[in-house]
Amino acid sequence: MRLPEPDERILAARTRIVAELRRIVPGEGVIDDPSELAAYECDGLTAYRNRPLAVVLPETREQVAAVLRFCNAEGVKVVPRGAGTSLSGGALPVADGIVLGMSKFNRILEIDVDNRTVTCQPGVTNLAITRAVEHLGFYYAPDPSSQIACTIGGNVAENSGGVHCLKYGLTTNNVLGVELVLPDGEIVRLGGKHLDAGGYDLLGVVTGSEGLLGVVTEVVVRILPKPETARAVLMAFASVEAAGDCVASIIANGIIPAGLEMMDRPAILAAEDFCAAGYPREAEALLICELDGPAAEVEDSIGVVAAIARQHGAFLVRASESEEERLRFWAGRKNAFPAVGRISPDYYCMDGTIPRRRLAEVLARMREMSQTYGLRVANVFHAGDGNLHPLILYDANVPGELEKAEAFGADILRLCVEVGGVLTGEHGVGIEKRDLMPVMFTESELAQQQRLKCAFDPQQILNPGKVFPTLHRCAELGRVHVHRGELRFAHLPRF
Amino acid sequence: MHTLFPASAAELREIVAEAVAARRPLEILGGGSKRDYGRPVEAEAAVSTAELRGITLYEPEELVMSALAGTPLTEIEAVLAEHRQQLAFEPPDYGPLLGGEAGRQTIGGVFACNLSGPRRLQAGAARDHILGVRCVTGFAEEMKAGGRVMKNVTGYDLPKLLCGSFGTLAVLTEITFKVLPAAAAEGTLLLCGSDERTLAGLLRRATGTPFEPSGAALLPALAAGRSQVPAVRRAGRPVAAIRVEGPPASTDYRLSRLQGALVQPDIEAHRLDPEQSQRLWREIRDVALLSRGRALWRLSLPPTAGAELIPWYRDLGAEWLLDWAGGLVWLAPPAAYAFRAAELRRALAGRDGHATLVRAPREIRERIEVFEPQPPALQRLGERIKLSFDPLRILNRGRMVAGL
Repeated sequence: MRLPEPDERILAARTRIVAELRRIVPGEGVIDDPSELAAYECDGLTAYRNRPLAVVLPETREQVAAVLRFCNAEGVKVVPRGAGTSLSGGALPVADGIVLGMSKFNRILEIDVDNRTVTCQPGVTNLAITRAVEHLGFYYAPDPSSQIACTIGGNVAENSGGVHCLKYGLTTNNVLGVELVLPDGEIVRLGGKHLDAGGYDLLGVVTGSEGLLGVVTEVVVRILPKPETARAVLMAFASVEAAGDCVASIIANGIIPAGLEMMDRPAILAAEDFCAAGYPREAEALLICELDGPAAEVEDSIGVVAAIARQHGAFLVRASESEEERLRFWAGRKNAFPAVGRISPDYYCMDGTIPRRRLAEVLARMREMSQTYGLRVANVFHAGDGNLHPLILYDANVPGELEKAEAFGADILRLCVEVGGVLTGEHGVGIEKRDLMPVMFTESELAQQQRLKCAFDPQQILNPGKVFPTLHRCAELGRVHVHRGELRFAHLPRF
Repeated sequence: MHTLFPASAAELREIVAEAVAARRPLEILGGGSKRDYGRPVEAEAAVSTAELRGITLYEPEELVMSALAGTPLTEIEAVLAEHRQQLAFEPPDYGPLLGGEAGRQTIGGVFACNLSGPRRLQAGAARDHILGVRCVTGFAEEMKAGGRVMKNVTGYDLPKLLCGSFGTLAVLTEITFKVLPAAAAEGTLLLCGSDERTLAGLLRRATGTPFEPSGAALLPALAAGRSQVPAVRRAGRPVAAIRVEGPPASTDYRLSRLQGALVQPDIEAHRLDPEQSQRLWREIRDVALLSRGRALWRLSLPPTAGAELIPWYRDLGAEWLLDWAGGLVWLAPPAAYAFRAAELRRALAGRDGHATLVRAPREIRERIEVFEPQPPALQRLGERIKLSFDPLRILNRGRMVAGL
């Protein structure tokens, strides 16, 4: 993976830059020892590694602002980092830049039950928010599978999802406000405890911007009352098509499940071997449908879902009768990644979204690709919202297999776009899918996105080399190329 | 003013290209129902998307619809209703509120202004339902952003930025959005009491229960007295209204539980049947319960702040009502205070939120800040963003900020 050429001038000035940064963040807050830097060389996408110039761990927003101001003035690049769980290389360092680690911003600042909000620092983990409010009967809805470790700041950067998105939305639908430090050190607040933007919806743009527009130093999230009941239905099918049709019917019947997950045979077998969740080994596809709400409504919906499943030929339909059973249904799905990790030395987790009705076709073509590449693939699928997670099995110790897995992955994502879907549903573009962006966007569409980047970060110091395959100078993007008189429509009235 | 009605996105692009070449700003219209919402546009020509009509994609089982920007909202809602689906954010109709007819707005206008009704509380705003757009920028380039699938983090979320940008960044030509099942039933619990702040507190408590209210509004006695719903009109005192929607058994159950949790000795409870409930929430959604003769402000605040300020609304002699459990305040001050924007905004200082002047004569909207002025750093950022889409300030110049 190609990153922008390091700036020799910056590399040469490393000692002075580190000294200046230490003046801003004293004590242990600046790391430049090579052995300590090693811990920051990669994120959750471990195939790519790079050693940063230094790591800075600020403790106050003023320090964040001063670091950014200094870096902006000196042309030092800045890669923001939360817990480093990104699966797309969003926090991959650059050699001529620092990593700005937000781990010390780890406090919950306010729980406001009356307004149903929690205000916290960006380094607080996703799960810690729910933990802080569950005794009050509330929870924070987005639940990415890394929720024990991933931070809310990282969730904002990546617009993280989880299994409950279909009903409760992604991060962007559950964040009400942020405090953001712009690359020039200006501190701004976007949104707050109120529900809509007063001007442009900058919060909407910053959420999911992958650390390219600013550094979040505070987050206000919306919390929800815990539903009265939650139950899950496990359904097993002899074909992927039948399972896919069942999903479509559930939704067409007006039911929006809290979670609706599908696993294919290789994923079912891996999960069953790993944690004996009770999944039928002969199934070609398995659905887990979770319904939540008032007990009477859930009971009613379970009846409807079960009937639909039988109509579509499910050979096993079982509704959870206890909380313990519900969690057991989920255990296999939630452990699908480690389970696959046990049957293969390495796996590569993809993340495309497709229109759901194309599922069977996409899985069939994926099987063909699997044969062509000679690599196995297991699929877990957020079936409700069309978000696929193919896990490509490979062995990094076999020369050429990583490259093959990557090529296979890229083919899968091209296929997602071809059938009307997108390159990434929740993991982000990062470094991983950067070079595939032209599959989805034209040059002028990418130019418009980069112009927006320039509005926030004219020196382009934040997370360079991510998301966009080609870097353009901001000045060059701003030119208007319209010539009077081209493409006239003669029949239109003129003004 | 001369208005052009292009019949295709390509024609629209050409019109923008000519305007760019001639450096002549364009006013951007859909059905024109919200033309008087915002500052008057600094332009001598207008372009309307009203001829770009039609639903281009609808897959009910995938919960997705695409429509050309000029498609009337009424048409979209009718097609959705046939499949028992809806726009969950409950778009309001500000036509009558702004002195026009009802039912004239387009889907493009709804998203361009990010308008959401009472269900915003539970289901999110228009911006939470937009999935993708096609548009023409101030570079006179056609572009797309987002997609048609529910989950998409590929590139910046430009559809959200365009939603609520009032046509100042790009002209929407086609919008793709999420649609959701319509509830089988609805019901409303009315709580009539004497103290408005107590009632507002009950609304917030309701939203903290697992009984999923999809509407929580407070009507002072004056607003309640204007309702066409007899139980509300005859209350003679302030009314808190809490709506639930879902399967019939569930709505009955939740209304009972809410009533049990919220009723106090001095508070009288009533229930509205589905038809009366629908009528009341349409009145609240379209702000039909405040005097049409007055200027109208829309305050977006934390729910607690909306309630804390009740004594101030009274001191002003304003007509008002609260929606979104207090997070949305509709305020119609008497003439003497109606346009003292700075004073009004000072009263909100120290709280999150903002104030927008929704209804006022043109000459007033020309000289005062209709939208909340932003702090300097955000104002500069907003300017850079505007110019990044529309460097010559061709599109809806001045609609949100003078000269931009």
